[in-house]
Amino acid sequence: MKNDSSKSEIQSVSKPNEELPALECKNVGRTFMIGKSILSSKKPLRAVDDVSLKINRGQVFAVVGESGCGKTTLARMLLGLLEPTDGAIYLDGQPISEVDSDVISQKVQPVFQDPYSSLNPRKTIESIISLPLRVHGIGTKESMLERVSELMRLVGLPNRLIHSYPNQLSGGQRQRVAIARALIMEPGIIVCDEPTSALDVSVQAHILNLLKDLKDRFNLTYIFISHDLAVVEHLADWVAVMYLGRLIEFGPATEVLRNPLHPYTQALMESVLTPDPHKGLPEITFGRGLPNPLDPPSGCSFHPRCSKIKDGCDSRLPSLLPESDRLVECHLYN
Amino acid sequence: MIKVNTDITAPIATSHPREEEIDEFEISVPSPPELMKRRAKKHVGFILGGTVVLLVLILAVFAPLIAPFDPYDQTLTNRLLPPIWHEKGSWSHPFGTDALGRDYFSRVIFGARISLMIGFFAAAVSAVVGSTLGMIGGYFGGKTDAVVMYLINVKLALPGLLVALSLVSVFGGSLIALICILAFLFWDRYAVVTRSVTQQIRTNDYITAAQAVGASRLRIIVGEVLPNLMNQIIVIASLEMAVAILVEAALSFLGLGIQPPTPSWGLLVSEGRSFMFFKPYLVTIPGLAIFMLVISINMMGDGIRDITAPEGRN
Repeated sequence: MKNDSSKSEIQSVSKPNEELPALECKNVGRTFMIGKSILSSKKPLRAVDDVSLKINRGQVFAVVGESGCGKTTLARMLLGLLEPTDGAIYLDGQPISEVDSDVISQKVQPVFQDPYSSLNPRKTIESIISLPLRVHGIGTKESMLERVSELMRLVGLPNRLIHSYPNQLSGGQRQRVAIARALIMEPGIIVCDEPTSALDVSVQAHILNLLKDLKDRFNLTYIFISHDLAVVEHLADWVAVMYLGRLIEFGPATEVLRNPLHPYTQALMESVLTPDPHKGLPEITFGRGLPNPLDPPSGCSFHPRCSKIKDGCDSRLPSLLPESDRLVECHLYN
Repeated sequence: MIKVNTDITAPIATSHPREEEIDEFEISVPSPPELMKRRAKKHVGFILGGTVVLLVLILAVFAPLIAPFDPYDQTLTNRLLPPIWHEKGSWSHPFGTDALGRDYFSRVIFGARISLMIGFFAAAVSAVVGSTLGMIGGYFGGKTDAVVMYLINVKLALPGLLVALSLVSVFGGSLIALICILAFLFWDRYAVVTRSVTQQIRTNDYITAAQAVGASRLRIIVGEVLPNLMNQIIVIASLEMAVAILVEAALSFLGLGIQPPTPSWGLLVSEGRSFMFFKPYLVTIPGLAIFMLVISINMMGDGIRDITAPEGRN
């Protein structure tokens, strides 16, 4: 009986309106208050600032940017684990703050960067993959076991590993376990936070192909967070470039990667290592390191590192405006 | 079952090669339980300590069957009989008799019950209280953690034995009162350790994954955090159990713990004290029993720590 009721519940959950974007961010921001002491006042850290995005169903949406630019904070907000302090996120057209966390977890699931920290070392593979089913009370013990085997076959894990522990698995196998856990509730959206950057290069390709196959098969939507532009080029339909919490360039992946408009995106593309040894190391056009996010530069936050700086960059904040086929936030274009 | 795309069973993974899973190249790594079994078999201290603890446990559980006499039965004509290793000793009273003619062997065996019971329950109750507080503080952080830290600091500032003595004199020396008082003395170490380990565990992605799945906080703490703390808790529990046994013996020796005529090892030492120069065995036998049990428990605890150490550390 209990089985049947939960079944209908899931079906009602997983029937999204195809017209609406899977996920939408409207002016989303997240500010953390930094500083512990009672005496010193806390400082605001804008990890994500005024980000607006539409993520369409069945597409791969890549978010790129260097470490500390707010990619992971954005991912946590999209997963419903962190509340935005500004703006709102819409899941299938509904504000995520009004959606029950049980429903969010059936629609959006994460795959993490480090498969060593994303699997509990004290639990068997079966128990790790079946956790979502147990949390939502779906099915009996036998049906769960069956479903876990099914998922393991789906992600290419041999069934004999079902009672193993994570320490007995390779990095690639662990990441497959993490993918199986994310897929077991059949969510429409997977948030991949650098799913391959902790893996061997040889294993990376397998995991990427697996993700691609799964996407085609189940019409999944990926939010793919990465700093590896080659990976992004391989998978993504859309690319959003983030810098210091702000979205600075957004457009179709091929366009953005082939013809970057924003000086930061251009610099990112130039810094990609090429397999040709005669080309040597790429020339670094960044003047300095990432500015202190607690004390962001005035005007355009990229201006201290920008090679194409002009008058007004250090005083006026540029706005995200359409330029040719995409959005760019830079004074050069408007 | 939840709705499944019907073609899910066709092996999708064949669409790309999986060289990484070719069996011949796989090195078999033992699972954590297997690894523990292997280490336990090789650990001399654990085997030695565990055997003694197990023996004492059997003695305590089956005390009425093993003890030749009733430990309360006084036979004044048989007062202060010598133990078996003396010239005049006899097998009827292997450890001799005490000042009231009670069989000392039976009293020592029944005393094991009190010691083990107090040690085990004091360690267990304090483990539950301390670990719960520690996990809550470590997991939630912020103000909750500040409250837990405050409680720990207050506890650390208390002079333990003094508080125990005054509490015993207020609540009396019943078994349950003693267990509660000892548990109150020992919970802080669990709280300190579990709190800091929980803070580390909390940052792992598997906790975030459980949150993203919609698991409740209780489920995350019990299901994801606690299994990773079990080895630390067991190690502390074994050490605290030994200390609890010692403190009980000390309290009973001072006349504030277990009350006569109940046989407790500390009380036996205390009762034998007045005969120490004429009948030293009245002190040495229960003293040795305490010593053996405590050192065995400590050896076992050290062993458990080595056995349950994370992979790659020995």
